[in-house]
Formats: sequence, structure tokens, C-alpha cells
Amino acid sequence: MNLIVFTILAMLAATAVTVARIRDLWAAIMFTGIYSFLSASWMLILDAPDVAFTEAAVGAGISTVLMLSTLVLIGPSDAGRRKPALVPLTVVAITGCALVYGTLDMPHFGDPNDPIHLHPRPSFVEKSQVDMHGLPNVITAVLASYRGYDTLGETTVVLTAGIAVLLILRKEKDEPEREAAAQ
Amino acid sequence: MTGIFLITSIAILITMALALIRAMLGPTVFDRVLALNMVGTKTVLLIAVVDVATERGDFLDLALLYSLMNFIGMVALLRFTEYGSFSREGTEL
Repeated sequence: MNLIVFTILAMLAATAVTVARIRDLWAAIMFTGIYSFLSASWMLILDAPDVAFTEAAVGAGISTVLMLSTLVLIGPSDAGRRKPALVPLTVVAITGCALVYGTLDMPHFGDPNDPIHLHPRPSFVEKSQVDMHGLPNVITAVLASYRGYDTLGETTVVLTAGIAVLLILRKEKDEPEREAAAQ
Repeated sequence: MTGIFLITSIAILITMALALIRAMLGPTVFDRVLALNMVGTKTVLLIAVVDVATERGDFLDLALLYSLMNFIGMVALLRFTEYGSFSREGTEL
């Protein structure tokens, strides 16, 4: 299993570097699609099917379409190759080092004695089978039922954002006809 | 994870890597479209193999969703390449 994870992570890194370096915007959108598929399968292997579900639907599906419609509006050309920016590279490198340093104190992946497994009360794990009539996935039980209203609110926010983006991206060509029809 | 599943997933990963390389090199648009489609299909296969190997059974729904996403994304990409937009002239987005 580790072999699969490392291979997928290596391909993720290669895809990310390609997205950053490629000048053809159309190809860059395609690489973000590949990135979503790879990261979704990685999340699946880490046993987070709900996150992988969202990543596949939003990352590979909707955001590719949204970026393509943006490309329709702004045109596929790029400003051209810029000079290498040293200051942002340094800032990113330092931030990355700090983040890696921060992970050193974290508990080992999958350790049953993690604070996250002990702290909020393990009773969720014990109770959710009975509460949810045998739903096997505890995360799904917490997200969709214990925290159902919270998830509903999040979905409303996402829906509003999607409607706003669609309103911005729609065609304006037949606007006079619509005004004429209104009058 | 038993041997046959391990070998299958390694083969799928190698195919994925080759498709990725083709997408990076790919001189024309259609090389890249094919490579993206290939990566999507291999993701579905990899999920199916992992599902069977770990005896989960609930990952297969995700594999279905991925193949649907792959199809829709492909249609959107190709429409964009063909027409320069998602819709023909005069219709709404």
C-alpha cells in the first residue's frame, strides 16, 4: 500500500510542477484535472472516501468546466515567460520548511493514541453504529447526521457561490432581446 | 494485499505514469486529452483494485462517480476545443 501512496505522491508533485511551468493555459487546465484525479485516489487510499468524493466531483468535474469557461472569456494566451522571481521563491521555501518542521511534532499517521482519536470522546465511534442503524462509516455519520445542519449550511454557501459564478460567466450577447421582451 | 493485486496496481500505476509523461510531452491538444482520459480511466481501475484487495466494497460507488466525471469532463473539453465555447451561437451557457 505504501508503494501506491508514494507513487501517487510523486506523480502529484510532477503534475504540480508542470502546472506551474507550462505556458499553455488550456494544457494547464488539463493538468489540474489530472491533479484532481490523482489526489482523489490518494485520499481514497488514506480512507477518506467522503473527501475523495468531493474532490472528484468539484475538482475534476466542476472546477475544470469553470476554468474552461473562464478561458473562453479571457482567451487562451498567456502574458509570456516572466523573469524568475527570487523573493517569492524564498518566501515559499521558508514557509515550506516551517510547515515540514511543524509536522515533526505531529503524532504518527494512524496511531490509535492520537489526541484526535481520544479527545472528543471515543463514544462517537461506539455509538454511531447504533444511532445510525448500522452505517459503517463514522465520518459520514458525523458529517451527514450529527452535524447535518452544519453541512446543510456549507452546501448552501457552495450553492450560492456556484450561482454567483454562473451569473458572472453567462453570455451577455442576447441582453437587448431580453430587455425588449421585458418591455 | 496479495501478490496478484499488488502486481495489478503496479501495472496500473506504470500506465498512469506513462500517460502523465505523454501529457507533459504531448505536442497536440489531442495527445493531452487522451492522456487525461487515460489517467481518469486508470484511477477508476486503481480504485476498483484497491477496493477488491482491501475487501471494502464501498469504494466501487466512487469508481462509478469517477467514470461519470471523466466522461463529462472529456465532453466539456472537446466541445471547448471544437467550438471555442461550450454552446453553439445563440444558446445559453
